[in-house]
Amino acid sequence: MEAASDPPGGGPRPNLTRVRTPRSVGESAIKVLLFVAALISVATTVGIVVSLAAETIEFFSQVGIFEYLLGTKWTPLAGGDQKSFGVLPLISGTLYLTALGLIVAVPLGLGSAVYLAEYASPRARRVIKPVLELLAGIPTIVLGYFALTFITPVLLQGILGIEVQIFNALSAGLALGVLILPVVATLADDSLRAVPASLREGAFGLGASKPQVVLRVVFPAALSGIVAGLVLAASRAIGETVVVLVAGGASANLGIDPRESFQNMAAFIAQTARGDIAAQSVEFLTIFAVGTTLFVMTLILNAISIRFVRRFQQVYE
Amino acid sequence: MKQVTERPESSSEGRSAESAAGAGPVPAGTQTGNGRTTGPGTDPAAAGGGTAKPSLDTPPVFEIENLNVRYGDKLAVHDVSFGIEERRITALIGASGCGKSTFIRSLNRMNDLIPSATVDGSVRYHGQDLYASEVDAVLVRKRIGMVFQKPNPFPKSIYDNIAFGPRVLGMDGDMDEIVERALRRGALWDEVKDRLKTNAFGMSGGQQQRLCIARALATDPDVILMDEPASALDPISTGRIEDLMFELKERVSIVIVTHNMQQAARVSDMTAFFTVVVDEASGHRHGEVVEYDETEKVFTNPSDERTEAYVTGRVG
Repeated sequence: MEAASDPPGGGPRPNLTRVRTPRSVGESAIKVLLFVAALISVATTVGIVVSLAAETIEFFSQVGIFEYLLGTKWTPLAGGDQKSFGVLPLISGTLYLTALGLIVAVPLGLGSAVYLAEYASPRARRVIKPVLELLAGIPTIVLGYFALTFITPVLLQGILGIEVQIFNALSAGLALGVLILPVVATLADDSLRAVPASLREGAFGLGASKPQVVLRVVFPAALSGIVAGLVLAASRAIGETVVVLVAGGASANLGIDPRESFQNMAAFIAQTARGDIAAQSVEFLTIFAVGTTLFVMTLILNAISIRFVRRFQQVYE
Repeated sequence: MKQVTERPESSSEGRSAESAAGAGPVPAGTQTGNGRTTGPGTDPAAAGGGTAKPSLDTPPVFEIENLNVRYGDKLAVHDVSFGIEERRITALIGASGCGKSTFIRSLNRMNDLIPSATVDGSVRYHGQDLYASEVDAVLVRKRIGMVFQKPNPFPKSIYDNIAFGPRVLGMDGDMDEIVERALRRGALWDEVKDRLKTNAFGMSGGQQQRLCIARALATDPDVILMDEPASALDPISTGRIEDLMFELKERVSIVIVTHNMQQAARVSDMTAFFTVVVDEASGHRHGEVVEYDETEKVFTNPSDERTEAYVTGRVG
């Protein structure tokens, strides 16, 4: 073969045409399957939002939106004149219980994360970290009954001598705190450990003491991850159902006395949904209205956290 | 000295002027030194002459005696003894794994941060044993600053990076002034004075490294340890950092680890050559100092053949 017309380099011209092999067919099939998997999850999300929206719109055709959003009395299941659709007590109850949970979980969680990431010996770490993860695996129903049968009667009424009702925000809040503690601690621990050692060395090299290094360099550098963890924990507490249902009671309460019974949105939904109500009645539709409200709240919280994380995120090479 | 083309000359000038006059700014055209000509492969006979030898009578800032550093039971640096002189640039050279970094980190007790590291022998700093039980490692590091291989600015503003050291040490005085002085000494002020409040991560790699040097200067240290400060930088940034080192040595002692022979030859007054020694019985490898002398001597007329092989590029 005369090489003159060949491209530089000579030799026979290689065949680069695509050939269908069993392997390439299999790859195409896998691609389709993966796409279907992604499609199903998107479709599910859309389906949930649409069905939620449809029932919610139906609810607001029967109850005024301002009456719902601004009303201060939530008794949708009561009869006659007592019926009232003010959702504020439920929202405030949700936020209040979440706040109680965070008051417990943030100091404990961040404290254990800083200890684990910065101070614990490898041996201590090997014990503590799995125990924390075990805590995350406790079913919420167990935590709920722990609150109802131990925290309330033994800890609060017995040891601390606080006169709480049998269903009360304090025990539910404490149990919520225990519930989200592992989330706060493990995510904060991960973020702290992700801070490069070079930053610690730089700070030590400038004559900083260990607490100064941790508080002024490592913690701020890990802040975006820590805050993301806190938001995740808060979302978890806002949406928590069983603990509040079992330990918090069933009255929507606009007050702030933690000894009283409180209810949150998710617990209301659970309680109402298993009750004896007629489908398409206005009582039934409240479930969807409250569900939408909860959904919107969690969405806002996530949006805030994403913005926060982006704003403070540090990229380390 | 901001232009690319001026770079290599300016550093060798800096060295020769420094060696000849002891201190002071670089006079133009005083290129009598051997800063560059002592690099590998050049004729030793061309060196010497106009450059005054670094006098060996400057007081030592560090006296190191029989220093061994171990990680766990593994020996990393074996039996190092030499003195590091005040207000000079001392280069530590040698192949990877020969203990240069371990050694330099033992000079300000950074090895304390590695739980398994143990040190025996003595490191005296202005006559005081750094490893005496009553010595506070935090105070040691206040006096002996460190610059690392990779620029490691904190994820904070330029201003807060500089102010970090003075703040944690509770230094008195106007913080704005402290920051400005440190940035001027770090030859960075003009480039960043209009964006002090912006994040340090927005700077170039070379600027970040000079920021780290300025940050170390802000606490007024007596010694600055540099662990391959220019290895991650381009030649222009490297040159700026070398220029900076010449300016700094009027006031501080500098110890620098470098893999770059030319850099060691250009910038340093004294050079210590480290090498890897393999223990024949156990097969463990550790680092030792083969030769410590004036840089000119180490590069032109080394007394140990291992040094000669290394500096001429035949090994390592």
